[in-house]
Amino acid sequence: MPAPAAALLRLDGVTKDYGTRVVTHVLRGIDLVVEPGEFLALTGPSGSGKTTLLNLVGLLDRPTGGRIVFRGRDTAALDEAATTALRGRGIGFVFQFHHLLPAFSAQENVMLPLLADRGRRDREMAARAAALLGEVGLAARAAYRATDLSGGEQQRVALARALVMRPPLVLADEPTGNLDTESGDQVWRLLRAFNARYGTAFVIVTHDDRLAARCDRIVRLVDGRVAADSGPRGGR
Amino acid sequence: MPFELLVALRYLREGRTQTTLILTGIGVGVGVIIFLSALITGLQRSLVARTLGTQAHVVVRPREEMPRVLAPPDPGAARVTQVERPAQRIRSIVQWQRAQAEIARLPGVVATAPTIAGPAIAVRGDGASAVTVRGIDPASYGRIVDLGAFLRAGRLELDGFHAVIGAELARYLGLSVGDRFRLRVSGSAAADTGTGEPAGGDGVYTVSGILDLGNRDLNQRWVFVALRASQSLFGLEGGVSTIEVTVAGIYDAERLAGAITRRTGLVADSWMRTNEQLLTALRSQSASSRTIQTFVGLAVALGIASVLAVSVVQKAREIGILRATGTSRRQVLRIFLLQGAILGLLGSAVGIALGAALGLLFARLARNPDGSATFPVALGAVLYLRSAALAVGVGVAAALLPARRAAGVEPARIIRAG
Repeated sequence: MPAPAAALLRLDGVTKDYGTRVVTHVLRGIDLVVEPGEFLALTGPSGSGKTTLLNLVGLLDRPTGGRIVFRGRDTAALDEAATTALRGRGIGFVFQFHHLLPAFSAQENVMLPLLADRGRRDREMAARAAALLGEVGLAARAAYRATDLSGGEQQRVALARALVMRPPLVLADEPTGNLDTESGDQVWRLLRAFNARYGTAFVIVTHDDRLAARCDRIVRLVDGRVAADSGPRGGR
Repeated sequence: MPFELLVALRYLREGRTQTTLILTGIGVGVGVIIFLSALITGLQRSLVARTLGTQAHVVVRPREEMPRVLAPPDPGAARVTQVERPAQRIRSIVQWQRAQAEIARLPGVVATAPTIAGPAIAVRGDGASAVTVRGIDPASYGRIVDLGAFLRAGRLELDGFHAVIGAELARYLGLSVGDRFRLRVSGSAAADTGTGEPAGGDGVYTVSGILDLGNRDLNQRWVFVALRASQSLFGLEGGVSTIEVTVAGIYDAERLAGAITRRTGLVADSWMRTNEQLLTALRSQSASSRTIQTFVGLAVALGIASVLAVSVVQKAREIGILRATGTSRRQVLRIFLLQGAILGLLGSAVGIALGAALGLLFARLARNPDGSATFPVALGAVLYLRSAALAVGVGVAAALLPARRAAGVEPARIIRAG
């Protein structure tokens, strides 16, 4: 599929194998283009390679074959430090189990990517983290330790953390999978709001067809291949 | 505050129980090292000070007299198979003023003093005792041995026919300050006058002071008289038999003795050679102390390493998250190295307090019968700083392996595991 010049992310024939003696082919040639500001659901049955694909796109892992181009840069050519920098500044993560650091407050958790990037704390990053916490409705919980927040609140903090570097792409792995319906809806509304407000592209892995249907585009993986791609459908 | 330091401190605070336990362990280890070092150093300094308190660091004297063996006139002649050593006598150092000036110019030499030392008999009434007469110039000799510090009665007055004697000799001959006694030098001990007859002198001396040199033998044997008086006594008019030397670094004495011999051709004996047994004992003591300290240090290092290794396992998921959100491998490495350094630093603070307390307690308990300290426990800023630096170094080194393991955490694998 020819990619437009302004593509945020492009995957060309990406494969991923695990094992050496017994080789498991998890991804078998993925071609995918994600445009800036897209709101994309990645669905498929268990073992179809969704999380593996998310890890490759998130530069947490390297493909066995093929090419991943993010913001015009071929990621295979990047060394460890450059990969870390590109990931830190360009990609936000929201995990199913929120993965906050319990030794830090909600605000500090949000600031962590900025702290790692700039090396030390400054006023601007504290203000930015506070503003984001306000946007996810947790201004009053800024000083709370992560362990003192409810599951939904923790996921909202994780969302604020994913957005604090103002990345063009956020990868979310079952972001509502571990939440009750009300908290899940709240988090979903925030994902959509941030997508609309900041033009951030979201790639969301989900098993939930109801949630997938609320995305602009659905890519379905089966046995490590793209089985279906609805293509952009416009915002909702 | 730098990012790595912030995370390191939070991790240590989060694992309070582990941190407290390991800090206690490091503290005890550093405390033992400080206490042992202070004890051994204090003991050694005291021993060396007592040994060197009454002797020069280097004593320079003329070469021994040896008969010259002439080469046989032809191969068939009888050969000398044994050379009998002659009895030694007191001889002056040839051109001793020049030799003294040359020695004084050597780097590391602090003071020099010309002296005469020779055997004599001290006689009072029917009592007699073999003594060593030491002819000194009080001004220059004062920079070699501080005799004033050992004075127990009278004054350090040596002009004319005054003498300062050891306390044991005074007791043996029943002498007090102001009493007189005779010094008799046998002919064989005196110098060759050049007339074919060895000189031998007698003199009546007045006790001007009594010394307690802290050594029974020295108190029994030593009699100090003026250099000029000893020159007359031993027939060494204008000469000296020894040049005594003080050096800046006491453990440089042997090296400087070698330099003196090379420069002047004279025999130079350092205190290190004349007290070889003491030096061997000190070295053995230092070696055993170092061995103990090494093993304590090793135990501390293993303690830190095991705590951090457990921490890496416990925090693998958090490390994965940090890595996923932009923290580099180097930053993760630094976070764990900093934890090692912080543990070492805080542990050394605990250890310094503990070691100093133990040292002071020991100094208070270990007393001589007269109430004075047996020997000073050598506590001080240098020891504290050295121990702290050692603990921080050990902490960082011990953290290296766990830190590398933490830096190697693969975020994809950890996150996948949930």
